[in-house]
Amino acid sequence: MSSRIVVAGASMGGLRAAEQLRAAGWEGEIVVVGEEAHPPYNRPPLSKALLAAPGTPEEALAAVQFRPRASATGIEWRLGTGIVAADLAARTVTLGSGESISYDGLVIATGLRPARIVAPGPLGGRHVVRSLEDTLALHKELVPGARVLVVGSGFIGCEVAATASELGCSTVLVEGASGPMERSLGKELADGVRGFLNARGVETHSGARVTEFLTKENGNDAGTCGGVVLSDGTRLAADVVVEAVGSHPNTEWLQGNGLDLSDGVLCDEHLRVVNAGPVVAVGDVARFPDLRTGAGARRVEHWAIPTDTAKIAAPALLAYLAGEDPPAASAPLPSFWTDLFKIRIQGVGSPALADSVEVFEGDASAPEAGVAVGYFRAGRLIGAVTAGLPAGIQLRYRTAVLNQEPPGALAVAPGVASRT
Amino acid sequence: MGNIHVDRKLCDNHGQCAIAAPDVFRMNDDGILEFDEGFADTLLDEVEEAIDVCPVQAIFLKD
Repeated sequence: MSSRIVVAGASMGGLRAAEQLRAAGWEGEIVVVGEEAHPPYNRPPLSKALLAAPGTPEEALAAVQFRPRASATGIEWRLGTGIVAADLAARTVTLGSGESISYDGLVIATGLRPARIVAPGPLGGRHVVRSLEDTLALHKELVPGARVLVVGSGFIGCEVAATASELGCSTVLVEGASGPMERSLGKELADGVRGFLNARGVETHSGARVTEFLTKENGNDAGTCGGVVLSDGTRLAADVVVEAVGSHPNTEWLQGNGLDLSDGVLCDEHLRVVNAGPVVAVGDVARFPDLRTGAGARRVEHWAIPTDTAKIAAPALLAYLAGEDPPAASAPLPSFWTDLFKIRIQGVGSPALADSVEVFEGDASAPEAGVAVGYFRAGRLIGAVTAGLPAGIQLRYRTAVLNQEPPGALAVAPGVASRT
Repeated sequence: MGNIHVDRKLCDNHGQCAIAAPDVFRMNDDGILEFDEGFADTLLDEVEEAIDVCPVQAIFLKD
């Protein structure tokens, strides 16, 4: 009987896991199971370029579908049906159809789903952006003059607000607990991004959360959301409401197996799931120790993480199946980016863990003019963000974070000091 | 010898390829991608990594 690895999840993490299993020499079966009907596709454009101009559904999928590696052959794709349960002791998973599949090894790559706002009011007409269908549905409503209300100012909320504004919508961003992308950028740069968004027509509303959804004032639209009430009493009418308030890890199917599922799946530094046998996790569902900063285990929701974690998890799983020790663990350096009104913001490291911040060049209140910010924890450089600067400059700061250089070394780096 | 094609309509000069495969991809002082179309077989792993990490999936291997 052939050996089989089941990959739970057929998005980017599932694809990268399958590719890396083949790259690491696995010659047995690989079965990738995913809830979405589509083959794996690239999600960042869903809140940016694809939201602005998706074309037909077929064109939209073609624009974002991943091209698997040529070496990733012999993979069985089971799309359109999710895994609903797992028995790690018996080494089986159960699909939504009721079918059971046994495994020798299991990769958990079930990712996230959008969190929803819990408040009274109608459910209809409230959008999220996670899937291709979400983007196609939202795009149809982003017509010039539409009043668009985006709740949540993380990356997706800011990107959707900027895109809606570019499409001619009258756009309001309700920030939530902190400023625009503040968790990843820090307060100084978040304030700068807010000013930048305001200057381009996005109205922002700080310091209040949604307490009620209003019903659209149109007899034909009973049950459709037509605005919100905020905790400070403000009433905001809207034609389109978008919820961008974070996400939940998809781990319910793993319950009952004694795993730590308190925030994603707890793993060791090799992405091996703790107390689970031949099981690893890949992507933003994995909570693993941060060897680079020494902080505790955490999930990372950035785009590069499925690729980075698959490269660690696949060989670790194969080593387990062979009864060997895993290769030495590496520590992925998180990286992230966003594009707002043609301005690129790029970051590396873990700015959210910083205890102090220093502007290396430019002015954080004017990100469009070019700014670089460093993030320190206990005196060590652990992250850097650039806005409105060419990629080559960002790469120099990335190297500095990798080497944890003091910022003084950067100030004299060729081409950096002169570039303001 | 392998061969690379970059779709310049897709390429957005993120620079991630220059991190993954610095022997093949570079960002110039204006922040624009420069790369070697042909590469030695020993660099295939690097190039595949660069293809993986391109945020807009603009890098192709030519047959």
